[in-house]
Amino acid sequence: MNRIIKFIILDIFKNKIVLAYTILLAAFSWSAFSLEDSSTKGVLTILNIILLIVPLVSILFATIYIYNSSEFIELLLSQPIHRNKIWLSLFIGLSISLLSAFLMAAGIPLILFAESLVGFMMIVVGCLISAVFIAIAFLSSILSRDKAKGIGISILLWLYFALLFDGLVLFLLFQFSDYPIEKMMVGITASSPIDLARILILLHLNVSAMMGYSGAIFKDFFGSNLGLFVAFMLLICWILFPFLLSLKIFNKKDL
Amino acid sequence: MIELKNVSKKFGRLSVLNNINLLFEEGQCVALIGPNGCGKTTLIKSILGMVLQDGGDIIFKGKNIKNDYEYRKHIGYMPQIGRYPENMSIGQVIEMIKNIRQSNNNIDEELLNQFQLTQMFYKQMRTLSGGTTQKVSATLAFLFNPDVLILDEPTAGLDPLSSEILKEKILKEKQNGKLILITSHLLSELDELVSHLIFMQEGKINFYQSIETLKRETGEDKISKVISKILKQQN
Repeated sequence: MNRIIKFIILDIFKNKIVLAYTILLAAFSWSAFSLEDSSTKGVLTILNIILLIVPLVSILFATIYIYNSSEFIELLLSQPIHRNKIWLSLFIGLSISLLSAFLMAAGIPLILFAESLVGFMMIVVGCLISAVFIAIAFLSSILSRDKAKGIGISILLWLYFALLFDGLVLFLLFQFSDYPIEKMMVGITASSPIDLARILILLHLNVSAMMGYSGAIFKDFFGSNLGLFVAFMLLICWILFPFLLSLKIFNKKDL
Repeated sequence: MIELKNVSKKFGRLSVLNNINLLFEEGQCVALIGPNGCGKTTLIKSILGMVLQDGGDIIFKGKNIKNDYEYRKHIGYMPQIGRYPENMSIGQVIEMIKNIRQSNNNIDEELLNQFQLTQMFYKQMRTLSGGTTQKVSATLAFLFNPDVLILDEPTAGLDPLSSEILKEKILKEKQNGKLILITSHLLSELDELVSHLIFMQEGKINFYQSIETLKRETGEDKISKVISKILKQQN
């Protein structure tokens, strides 16, 4: 299996897109810290990048890469290799490439400039978010044989998680503002990995005061050790669930 | 060596394989023929585990292939249309498969040399012509000295010279006691090669006989004539 992973990573590095992604992300991160006077503002800028660009690049690159690997997968399938291994190697190869791109580009400035705890949280959350969207890409690309459709599903999912979900939550908050739905909001947050990540970081930036009453409830929940643990576990579930589901479909697929 | 018991497969509503029962033994060279879309490739792919049958069992050397993958190291497969990672060169593809298989069996590079692929090792797969791609597929199928060779339209797209090289190689491996499964539409090419004949129609086995029996029964000498005579009798 290691040989296949090594092979995939080499192949991704030959394809210059991940390199371009690293350079772009690095440029954003370094300029965010050097333009803003306080490191908190810099972290907020990077947070927005992590929550928009990292998921977009992860999901799109992974989806297209999986479709382009169809020949590779077919070739490996006629060899004595378990199907699980092929799919898992693809996932690990893609994750290692995109995570190391993120770590090199955003990780270094975060360690240098941000407060140690916040910087560390950002790095962990950024890695988790990358992996979550790679896993979602695996699911959307196995759902359809048609490349255009698969990429379309990926873009729509990104739009939903990155932009639409926020609007939906706001809409709910306003519509039901007369009712005590704050506790429910904590539960709803769990259904979007991006929101989960955002709240985790904001709570550690001490800007949660701006989030009002619901912010207090979030702080109550996510601020405690248990809340932190639950949030991380939920993010891990967001990686495992789509990937394992895609693996199950892949194992039963005719190729 | 390979046994298929009541194998059936449906793609949606379309029934592609319909209760197939077959037994292949070592030393046989079996030709799988039939009209387009009769399920030949699906049958081959289910033996390889690339298509998963809905019902029935496939037994390879006494073991059910369900949830197994190790058995594939005994199989060399040459697909009808070989699809390879486009940005890899011929050399890289061969190196990679060697790497993955890590086979201790002696590696058989006879075809590699005879097709003169070593001189094209640097060429990228996407730049290759259909025939050259077929040569790569054939080389990969024979590379690890497998006990079973599954060749899906092996000579389609090959020039006469290469096609002759491949046929020689198939004959040689047949004499080494290997099981060879071939699908082909070029019946004249099969004459010298095959020992058994399977005729498939609409997902069913029409007949499965040894060539000698067939020739004796029909009194014909060529496979193409044998088949047309049998089909006429059936109608």
